[in-house]
Amino acid sequence: MMRHPPDSLFPLAVTSLDFSVDGERLLSGLSFELEGKGCTAILGPNGSGKTLLLRLCHGMLTPTAGSVRWGEATPVQALPSQAMVFQLPAMLNRSVRANIDYALRLRRIPRDERQRLVQEAVELCGLTEVVGRNARVLSGGERQKLAIARAWVTRPRALLMDEPTSELDPLATREIESMIQRVVAQGVRVILTTHDMNQVRHLADDVLFLEYGRLRAHLPIGDFLNYQGDDTMRDFVAHPTRSGAIS
Amino acid sequence: MSDFGEALIASAGLLTGLNPDLLEIIRLSLFVTLTAVCIATIIGIPLGGLLAVKRFPGRGFVVLVIDTFMGLPPVVVGLIVYLWLSRSGPLGVLGLLYTPTAMIIAQCLLVTPIIAALSRQVIADAHGQYDEQLRSLGAARWQRIATLLWETRTSLLVTVLAGFGRANAEVGAVMIVGGNINHVTRVMTTSVAYETSRGNLTQALALGIVLILIAMLLTLLLHQLRRLNVEPG
Repeated sequence: MMRHPPDSLFPLAVTSLDFSVDGERLLSGLSFELEGKGCTAILGPNGSGKTLLLRLCHGMLTPTAGSVRWGEATPVQALPSQAMVFQLPAMLNRSVRANIDYALRLRRIPRDERQRLVQEAVELCGLTEVVGRNARVLSGGERQKLAIARAWVTRPRALLMDEPTSELDPLATREIESMIQRVVAQGVRVILTTHDMNQVRHLADDVLFLEYGRLRAHLPIGDFLNYQGDDTMRDFVAHPTRSGAIS
Repeated sequence: MSDFGEALIASAGLLTGLNPDLLEIIRLSLFVTLTAVCIATIIGIPLGGLLAVKRFPGRGFVVLVIDTFMGLPPVVVGLIVYLWLSRSGPLGVLGLLYTPTAMIIAQCLLVTPIIAALSRQVIADAHGQYDEQLRSLGAARWQRIATLLWETRTSLLVTVLAGFGRANAEVGAVMIVGGNINHVTRVMTTSVAYETSRGNLTQALALGIVLILIAMLLTLLLHQLRRLNVEPG
């Protein structure tokens, strides 16, 4: 069944969102709205529900209660216009080029157009040197670049990224961050989870802070970094490792 | 030792001389085995795939039965097929007992659970690894199934080869339902047993060599497939 992209993807409206597994409530009463530009960082201690929230927004999970809407569309209806980069992306057993091409073939894009789009994605993501290499033998950084290229090549209007640099060394992390900046500069709405406060400072325009499955705050980046309250969030900003935030 | 040496030389002579009786037995063996494995593959891989990705009531029991049937004793399978195909059995009217068809049926029953159980595991692993990613990329159900099958093609082929190895080495079941009738149902394994019992070691050894060569060829093929598992393209 062909899915048609919705006319308007924004705002992303999360309303009274609950998610439970076996009666245990993992997300509770989340409500927020995101407009169509910039980069939002989802922060919070381990187990606070960041990845769950991202997967619910992407349509990989169904809420127990409440709703997620991209404009008027459900996350599944919005799949043609929103893509996700998983923390550990699965790579098909084929070349880098073929992995990127796969995402376009699913959408029945003509061959000539696919070749052009794949080439653009390869160049944007700095994969030119490894384009013919099997995706399963890439380094962690190269795999992450490929995952971003594969998601970006379909020209999504929103890109969800689950800890895109958690497995990477500082150099690869900087490369991925600069890729994210380029993607945001092209007008793609980025929502990412991270534990890296430097990354938040570099990339984020606003922050959603989760704790115990609840939304503690939704703040512009400046307000978040200057937060002076005496609680976990303040501790997280000042000493992320001591709050147990680094996994 | 000298008997063995003489038998070995004589059997090599039979093989290199393309002895017609020997070739007939080899041809029938391969026909029965390949036909059984093809049928078992057509049934086993979709069944394994279904069990890997679908949740339905009784699934656990079906998996248990198939896993148990992987270790079915061939003589028991032979006996069951015999009882069904014998003149007084439910399918006796078909007159299939002591024909290659009966041997194919017996081998199918032995090999299908092996292919189904191994492919279920292969596809379940791939499903766990890929399904969410493929859904995320917008793949429809049939596109996900096609991709999973393509991604696991090497491993699935290995399961088919494992089934072929089992069928090719099978004696008990095909002996019971085939009857080891010369020029009709005599295959390599039953012939080896028969010729050995008669003291005709030359022909037994020649067929044994062919069986070993086939096993070696299979092993070589499996090694090559494993090497090809990570391939550009």
